Amino acid sequence: MARQAQERIAIMGDEAVALAVKQSNVDVIAAYPITPQTIIVERLSEYVANGELDAAFIQAESEHSALSICVGASLAGARVFTSTASQGLALMHEIVYATSSMRVPMVMAIANRSLNAPLNIHCEHGDVMPERDSGWVHLFATNVQEAYDLTFIAFKLSEHSDVQLPVSVNLDAFILTHSVEPLTPISDDDASRFLPPRQPLYSIDFDNPATFGTMALPDTYMEFKYQLKEAAERAGQVYPKVAEEYARISGRRYWYFNSYMADDADAIVLVLGSTYGTLKAAARRLRESGLKVGVIGLTMFRPFPENQLVELLKNAKSLIVMDRAYSYGGLGGPLYMETLAMLYRNGLRVPAMNVVYGLGGRDFRLDEAESVLKMALDGARRGRFDEHVIWWGVRA
Amino acid sequence: MSSQAIFYKTPKDLPREEWFASGHRLCAGCGAGIAARLVFKAIRGPTVVVNPTGCVEVSTSCYPYTAWKIPYVHVAFENAAAVASGIVEAMKILNKKRGKKLHDVIVFAGDGGTFDIGFQALSGALERGHNMLYICYDNEAYMNTGIQRSGATPIGAATTTSPAGKVIPGKQERKKDLIAIAVAHRIPYAATASISHPLDLVNKVRKALEIEGPKVLHVLAPCVPGWRYPPAETVRIARLAVETRYFPVYEVEYGRVRINIKVKEPKPLEEFLKMQGRFSHLLRPENAHVLEALKKAVEENWERLVKLEESGVTL
Repeated sequence: MARQAQERIAIMGDEAVALAVKQSNVDVIAAYPITPQTIIVERLSEYVANGELDAAFIQAESEHSALSICVGASLAGARVFTSTASQGLALMHEIVYATSSMRVPMVMAIANRSLNAPLNIHCEHGDVMPERDSGWVHLFATNVQEAYDLTFIAFKLSEHSDVQLPVSVNLDAFILTHSVEPLTPISDDDASRFLPPRQPLYSIDFDNPATFGTMALPDTYMEFKYQLKEAAERAGQVYPKVAEEYARISGRRYWYFNSYMADDADAIVLVLGSTYGTLKAAARRLRESGLKVGVIGLTMFRPFPENQLVELLKNAKSLIVMDRAYSYGGLGGPLYMETLAMLYRNGLRVPAMNVVYGLGGRDFRLDEAESVLKMALDGARRGRFDEHVIWWGVRA
Repeated sequence: MSSQAIFYKTPKDLPREEWFASGHRLCAGCGAGIAARLVFKAIRGPTVVVNPTGCVEVSTSCYPYTAWKIPYVHVAFENAAAVASGIVEAMKILNKKRGKKLHDVIVFAGDGGTFDIGFQALSGALERGHNMLYICYDNEAYMNTGIQRSGATPIGAATTTSPAGKVIPGKQERKKDLIAIAVAHRIPYAATASISHPLDLVNKVRKALEIEGPKVLHVLAPCVPGWRYPPAETVRIARLAVETRYFPVYEVEYGRVRINIKVKEPKPLEEFLKMQGRFSHLLRPENAHVLEALKKAVEENWERLVKLEESGVTL
């Protein structure tokens, strides 16, 4: 595929996602307004209202119905998109699981945000973590360009015949949804070549009737779930192929994670979402002073890219895992616990600590990122951390 | 008969095709099964059924078997109207963009999934105006989970969560008026029907399918274990529900009420009640006041419909 001339524009994360959805030949969009993803659906409804996008736009009466509408539309054979955040995602929870277990392709943008209570509309990953075990593919963007690009990749991955799973594209509330950043869009032609109209493997068809969403008793339920497990793992194998195909039209190559000088680093910090950029900037400064720090920003959280991460972490002397979410009463944040399990079962004895930060949108600044990296270096120097989990900047 | 369009004049006019197959696992004498068989005889072409969680769902879709010869979708309990909304709009846009064959979309939901937990999704779908036929098979309680009260359970009925106790003799609250609520959305067509009057039922299904927009059909479907009567009595009890004015059969077309089965001389309500274990306590002297309350609710409902029909007012 030949790349066409690409022009750089300035755009907010929400609008970038809406633009990608518009270019993705989507057929049905259903959503319920919830800050901060509302702009995504506002833009999409404008595209439809102005005839720029030939799709059905349905504003549902709840998030639960929004996702249910998407399931129905996808089963009918449509390419389907929705977006949500926090409370809305929690209200969808039941159908999130039905969507993946029924193997219904669709893409959902999640403007990651904290869950009530206390009521708060700001950035956190506590909303998507309850959906961690659902069988959805969960992708995380670190900036606006990634949110845009991953939307295309998500559609292709979701509808792939070896996958047939819903995919979420996570972007940090306000930090990405409401920040204007430079974006290099792909052309409409390239988008159409990358994502031709959906060809469903099966769909609602009177001439070829099927029963969707059966009941399955103990004699068969487990086989359904095993197939879901297999599909989720296959998504991890298909993903680099889809990403490579996208690289050919966009020039931007996606991988299971972003990493900055992690290859030779003594101390590594692992994180999800936009904080990768902050840590990267801080790491660059420290590297200038000769300090061997590295940063990994996980793009694919589900399926978890175990082998690739182990390869990158095997020589590290210390690891800090940063979580913008927490498992209350558990051993730490979700990314930390997953990472510990991964290290243990791969025989890696690198000292690891969890930094819980930024809940409810609390700022995490460049100087704080530098402090965390130095803390990781200190762990590498001493060969251990004094604590398992710290809550960054909390007034205890 | 009314000015209702007649597609089937006699039972012989009904198509022989069975889209709802035998061999399902519903109880002997199940009213919902009779309703399903009749409803899907009246389809007019490519059709998909959306069925929320409930008796019919668990009894007809247990993997690897299905009783459905037409496309069938179940997703959850409370979202049938939403799932159907998505199918309707997807069919429309895919027909326009890629020539996909349009399908009629019929929801077949129980009273719990309609009156209670699916109420919001139903209201949203009616307000948005999707072209679908929403059918509620009403057995007046949560039968699948073991006969708990629902918003469709009538005054006085004993269920496992509104038992006939010494202090509280059965459910104390009135049944929700589903059709009035549906009509309040200004939909083109809403109607009731009873499995005891199959021609009325199938003609209403077919008539509704011909009307563009959201339609609601409320079908009384007696339940053997829930209402507690012998399986052979299902149709007789459904007929008594009509003949005692307990369940008026009427339609509301563009806001105009028409009573389809005029019950000039109603049978005593007791004839309907005495056949059912769920009402047996109402016939005891100490519960006379509950029986009166039920009778009053039945009579008020009938009189209201008669007045609406006679006045010709548009709802």
